[in-house]
Amino acid sequence: MDLLSSLLGGVLAGQPAWLLALVAALICATLLVTFMALGPIAYVYAETKLAGFFQDRIGPKRVGPHGLLQTIADAVKLMFKEAIFPAAADKFLFVLAPCLVVVGAFLGFVVIPFGTRLQTADLNIGLFYVVAVSSLSTVGIIMAGWASNNKYALFGAMRSAAQIVSYEIPAVFSMLVIVMIVGSLSLQDVVNAQHGGIGYWFLFRYFPLNLIAFLVFFTASLAECNRAPFDIPEAESELVAGFHTEYSGFFFAMFFMAEYTEMFIVSAVASVLFLGGYLAPHPMLQTVGGLGLGPLWLFLKAFTLIFIMMWLRWTLPRLRVDQLMHVAWKVLLPISMTLAVVVGGLVLVPATRWGFGLWDRTWAWVVAIGIVAYLIVGMFRAIQWSRTRNRVMATS
Amino acid sequence: MAIETAWTAAELDTDEMVLQMGPQHPSTHGVLRIELRTDGEVVKAARPHIGYLHRCFEKHSENVDYPGVIPYTDRMDYVASMGNSLGYALAVEKLMAIEVSPYVQTIRVIMAELQRIASHCIAVGTYGMDIGAFTPFLHLLRDREKILDLFEWTCGARLLYNYNWIGGLSHDVPDGFVRACRQFLREYEAITHPELMDLLIGNKIFIKRTAGVGVCPVELAINYDLTGPNLRGSGLPRDLRKDEPYSGYENYQFEVPVGKGEYGPVGSCFDRNIVRAHEMAESAKIIHQAMDRLEKLDKSDVREKVPKRVKPAKGEIYARSEAPRGQLGYYVVADGTGVNPYRVKVKSPCFTAMSVFHVLAKGMYLADIIALIGSLDVVLGEIDR
Repeated sequence: MDLLSSLLGGVLAGQPAWLLALVAALICATLLVTFMALGPIAYVYAETKLAGFFQDRIGPKRVGPHGLLQTIADAVKLMFKEAIFPAAADKFLFVLAPCLVVVGAFLGFVVIPFGTRLQTADLNIGLFYVVAVSSLSTVGIIMAGWASNNKYALFGAMRSAAQIVSYEIPAVFSMLVIVMIVGSLSLQDVVNAQHGGIGYWFLFRYFPLNLIAFLVFFTASLAECNRAPFDIPEAESELVAGFHTEYSGFFFAMFFMAEYTEMFIVSAVASVLFLGGYLAPHPMLQTVGGLGLGPLWLFLKAFTLIFIMMWLRWTLPRLRVDQLMHVAWKVLLPISMTLAVVVGGLVLVPATRWGFGLWDRTWAWVVAIGIVAYLIVGMFRAIQWSRTRNRVMATS
Repeated sequence: MAIETAWTAAELDTDEMVLQMGPQHPSTHGVLRIELRTDGEVVKAARPHIGYLHRCFEKHSENVDYPGVIPYTDRMDYVASMGNSLGYALAVEKLMAIEVSPYVQTIRVIMAELQRIASHCIAVGTYGMDIGAFTPFLHLLRDREKILDLFEWTCGARLLYNYNWIGGLSHDVPDGFVRACRQFLREYEAITHPELMDLLIGNKIFIKRTAGVGVCPVELAINYDLTGPNLRGSGLPRDLRKDEPYSGYENYQFEVPVGKGEYGPVGSCFDRNIVRAHEMAESAKIIHQAMDRLEKLDKSDVREKVPKRVKPAKGEIYARSEAPRGQLGYYVVADGTGVNPYRVKVKSPCFTAMSVFHVLAKGMYLADIIALIGSLDVVLGEIDR
């Protein structure tokens, strides 16, 4: 927004400041809404295609080259479909609910830094804001469940409320770890504190404490956006479709859009908190020929996390409600609280005191190389397995 | 029409809710309606309502001739039609004292065991889907399709075969069937089975969700007449193929897998499910042996013993066989006058499995109800007939 304002300052010179701010805000909003509306098309295509590969089939193939237009066709279909209102539904809340969910998911975009100046608003309470607005969708979900006047929807809504309330706590505690290290809630400050390449990312700070915090945060955010294995609010085998059982057409599409947007938001926030946000793994990769690659790096990190989410969804079975609560209250919460206390003690000591800087950087490279090596080994094993399969399937 | 309900509003506590699960519910495995009396997520009581798929099988049978019943048997357990028609053919053959040739017997065993694998593919696969794992289902369905291809090649049908005739078979196996079947088994044993064991059965979340859930002790299982994998899951090695061999099952070496209770009390959903998974491997073993046998036997006409006119003398017979879902019994009464059976009564394994449901379901979580139905592996086509 600052960037936009200064750019607009040239064009709209002499106009009052409020007009400048309004135009800048409108441009930002338009960009983000477009991004949010079109993003899910990409994610859904990725999801269906990935699911296809995980499940030994091809995935969408017919509409457009490699099925690229399939999700667009789906979106158009959903838009033109009749929105059915159950006779006993509370119409006002029924319509309000998806709007609230979408707004809740959308508002998170405001503070996500795509680059040093590519940020709609650098709020000084950025992280707090993200937590607050992402909880807004819970209200929408409960509203949807209640307004539908359907028992399954009600079950889904109650589960969702319980789940989001529980998982918010470990997520916030692991955020707190970062906030204590940085000393600021602004996401821009969080990114700036990680300058200097992969060794300075918060993922590896106080190794392995922050790594655990990251895992806790990632698990909790999975639960917060109702993704498998924590998708009990819409568990299709138990609750038909959970809180959006009664929704059809565009209202359903709005829930869908919100879910995928929320996925991007939590991934982006996780990247900002732990993976250096828009910073490159090595400072040399930050710009290529004077062109900043910041947004690209953020997207890369966020999409990697989204990929992991999809991977988990198509691999793992779903947890039961009580097991879900067990994980939140008896596993994640103690871990994240302990982390908050321990890291809170450690930040009082200067980073150079016990050689933590060197320790972190060493481990960062070890872990990074380890992950890459693991992936390469995994890829080789996968290729080997597929060769074996092909051989078995070919001999006859 | 008013819906029949188990509880009136006056009978419920104020914090209880009656949830109608089904008949249009994604995971009641057909058109089962379950009434759940829920207190939050906990199910206080459950009552299944059956009959939504009732097609008057037994009455139909009285109005068609003996071979005409076979297509109707196919439609009972539509996931495992081969086993159904085999049971009926065995019953009428026993009634008419027809002795089929070893060649026909061997083909019947191959088909029945292939059908068992195909049926368990659905059972285990959809069970994974009930728990929330989608991927194993498609992996298993891929293999089921290959079995259906074999069936289609043999008799032209993929779901309802009308294959096991009284005194024989509708078609001989085509040339090259043994080779294609071996190829399928090689794929199954090398790829699908290890993948299933890794991806679903060994998954920690899957174990947590199923072990110790819906525990059916062996006494309860016997009291409610559970059969097949449900009974074996409770730890009792009862299998008609071993205990009362028919169609030459005594010639094959195979194990009867039982639930061992690795992760909790014996007889849980996990045990019932792992029994099915192991049974698929055992069936593959039987098919290998049967195909070795088939190659050694002389080819004979599979319709050689098929009677021109099936008209048994006055009498009655009860014959049972081990269908994929348990003991399938046919009670056939012939009055000796017409070509129609006087009575055909079916003892359905799914019906008895469903009867224990309300006992096991008491006090469960809502999500476990789904896990329980899936683990009992009921097919509503067979319950309602």
